[in-house]
Amino acid sequence: MNKGVAVTGMGIISAIGNNIEENYRSLLASNSGIGCSEFLKTTHTNIPVAEIKIANETLSKHLNLSKNHSFTRAALLGSLAAKEAIEQAGIKIDDETGFISGTSVGGMDATENHFKEFVAGKADNKRFIRSQHPGFTTEKMAEYFGITGFVSTISTACSSGANAIMLGARMIKAGKLKRVIVGGTDCLTKFTLNGFNALMILSNNPCRAFDEHRNGLNLGEGAAYLVLEAEDILNGKPVLGRLKGYGNANDAFHQTASSENGEGAYLAMQEAIKSAGITPGEIDYINAHGTATKNNDLSESRAIQRIFEAGIPDFSSTKAFTGHSLAAAGALEAVYSLLSLSKQEIYPNLNFSQAMPETGLKPVTEVKQKKLNLVLSNSFGFGGNCTSLIFAKDEA
Amino acid sequence: MKPKIYINSISSITAQSRDKEESPVSYYKSIFPAISPNYKDYIKPMTLRRMSKAIKMGISAAKMALQEAEIENPDAIITGTGEGCKQDTEKFLENLIDQDEQLVTPTSFIQSTHNTVGGQIALNLGCKNYNLTYTQNSASLESALFDTYLQFLETSGKKSVLVGGVDELSEKITGFRNLDGQLKTGKIHNLDLFKEASAGTITSEGAHFFILSTEKSGNCYAEFKDISIKNSIEPEQINAEVENFLHKNNLGIDAIDAIVLGKNGDNRYDYYYSILQDSLFKNTLQLGYKHLVGDYDTASGFAVYLACKILKSGSISSVMKLNTLRPGKIKNILIYNQYLGSDHSLILLSAV
Repeated sequence: MNKGVAVTGMGIISAIGNNIEENYRSLLASNSGIGCSEFLKTTHTNIPVAEIKIANETLSKHLNLSKNHSFTRAALLGSLAAKEAIEQAGIKIDDETGFISGTSVGGMDATENHFKEFVAGKADNKRFIRSQHPGFTTEKMAEYFGITGFVSTISTACSSGANAIMLGARMIKAGKLKRVIVGGTDCLTKFTLNGFNALMILSNNPCRAFDEHRNGLNLGEGAAYLVLEAEDILNGKPVLGRLKGYGNANDAFHQTASSENGEGAYLAMQEAIKSAGITPGEIDYINAHGTATKNNDLSESRAIQRIFEAGIPDFSSTKAFTGHSLAAAGALEAVYSLLSLSKQEIYPNLNFSQAMPETGLKPVTEVKQKKLNLVLSNSFGFGGNCTSLIFAKDEA
Repeated sequence: MKPKIYINSISSITAQSRDKEESPVSYYKSIFPAISPNYKDYIKPMTLRRMSKAIKMGISAAKMALQEAEIENPDAIITGTGEGCKQDTEKFLENLIDQDEQLVTPTSFIQSTHNTVGGQIALNLGCKNYNLTYTQNSASLESALFDTYLQFLETSGKKSVLVGGVDELSEKITGFRNLDGQLKTGKIHNLDLFKEASAGTITSEGAHFFILSTEKSGNCYAEFKDISIKNSIEPEQINAEVENFLHKNNLGIDAIDAIVLGKNGDNRYDYYYSILQDSLFKNTLQLGYKHLVGDYDTASGFAVYLACKILKSGSISSVMKLNTLRPGKIKNILIYNQYLGSDHSLILLSAV
């Protein structure tokens, strides 16, 4: 019997709160984190973003870092979230503790700030030269927690965090690790804001996932991590939930756009359901990718319709709370899925009013109490990378 | 039960020509490019124009490996890249800085993500299967190999995995390595890299892809035995680490016929290799390769490629030898790599 891999700790920082408790309160109160950028120095001040309203200096103080540290913003956010997860799980870091982090642009914030200096040959901030590469951000975090064993970074754009969680579970199942910290982190950067803006998929208003009049996503930032532990070391420790299934597939359709029938999403969900050893009808709720772009939401809706032929489960996208935090999205939403399971409630899809005519699907739009045993969480990214995770309530 | 895993095909694009092993190309700079194959043999000319070198090298090397193994649609595509698509990243970054974020075009942004190569290979093949990209500095390809290894340990029914590593040079970002001491300064000749007693190394670019399978093909190069990744190791622990790894595989030091070392001439960190050279592997054939292809995050792909060739053919090019031992038949090869004292990896390959 597939019990699933135990989650014993979780931590989060997002535009709707600096820890699990604050995030939970915001979800319950429908408080969105989308607003104007204050810390991201961009000329696009009219584009709404979901920013964490804390300066790097303050974040560094929270972590007691020395003055000349080389933590990128993604490493700062990541360390705070991982710290909460590690403390909750009460684990001791040892040789058999791994760390797998997803990040899309890593320390691009430092690169874009110092790029001109480096081009001019100025070496004052040379400690940030390697920070551009995602592995550097992960390594800084590993250093902070004293993790010396298996450390790796996954970068599959917006499905990175979900893939990191999947890999961690696979390593525990294969007996390669006893415990592993998994999740993702990404901060707001000019690089990504301008990239998505040039692609014309950013909305000028708070995003409206799955709505007929949805017109794009809001970029966000954040980090979330889970602690996964092997069965034989649990010793009666409280289990927050279990990762029961996962699926990874490629849409193989276009570098950035999703296929019309959502083939990659369909295959990822199908594989996740198969690996969990369940039937589609047993899924009680879907935390959808739901970015609120025309393309994603239609493609994902079609894939959901194909998988859940016998009846569509309750679903919602929480992107209108946190914005789309890229690599962190899958990790943030894993935390929300686990919160849904432990509180037995579904958090709403904000700003929805009218179903798209192609599918007629309506998400959950208000906090809903419901018996939940199995939650499916979707994350899809550029490069056709699609990943679905299935979390289960612990049956202890 | 651990299944046997075979390496059925190999491919390599580097700064060295694949046919002239005994007479390697000399470079007198700390940054030198890879020698391009005829990309048109692998990629449609229309799409080729928009591609950065990482994408071109990645797709071409992937196709070489697929063709050699006679596989059209692998069960998984797993890619490692330390620095991703730097050329497009650089282009987009310069654009947005120079134009103060106004009128920026998306093309280079689209191709800047680290999973671009893995995604483009999937797109090119129409392969909807498992697809993942790792980017952990000098353990990027190793992370991809580790995932591949896991795929076969799991009863996932996967038979053939396309796995590889790719990294490219870009004008500015690679050049930044001159500022933080990653590259050697002054006069340099790549082939004399190990004679230097100075800081920094030389860098380049390349792509290496492999087909790993639970089914041994007639063309099989080697058996993939095991892999280990460790973020950091104290220098005094390196011997114990290696012994422990071999012990897990029921092997003693004597069973290793050759060790391929990621020495890169940086006297601040090469002691990890010298410790092994002077102690555990004193009486073992020692091989180096970074003087040939430079050091970059996925340069260790060349070590795997060479080890596969040696295990299949039994012949070893003299330009790789770091000592003068003449071993008998080569059965087991150990590959060890690290960069700047971090992201250590061990790979064990055996003759079939």
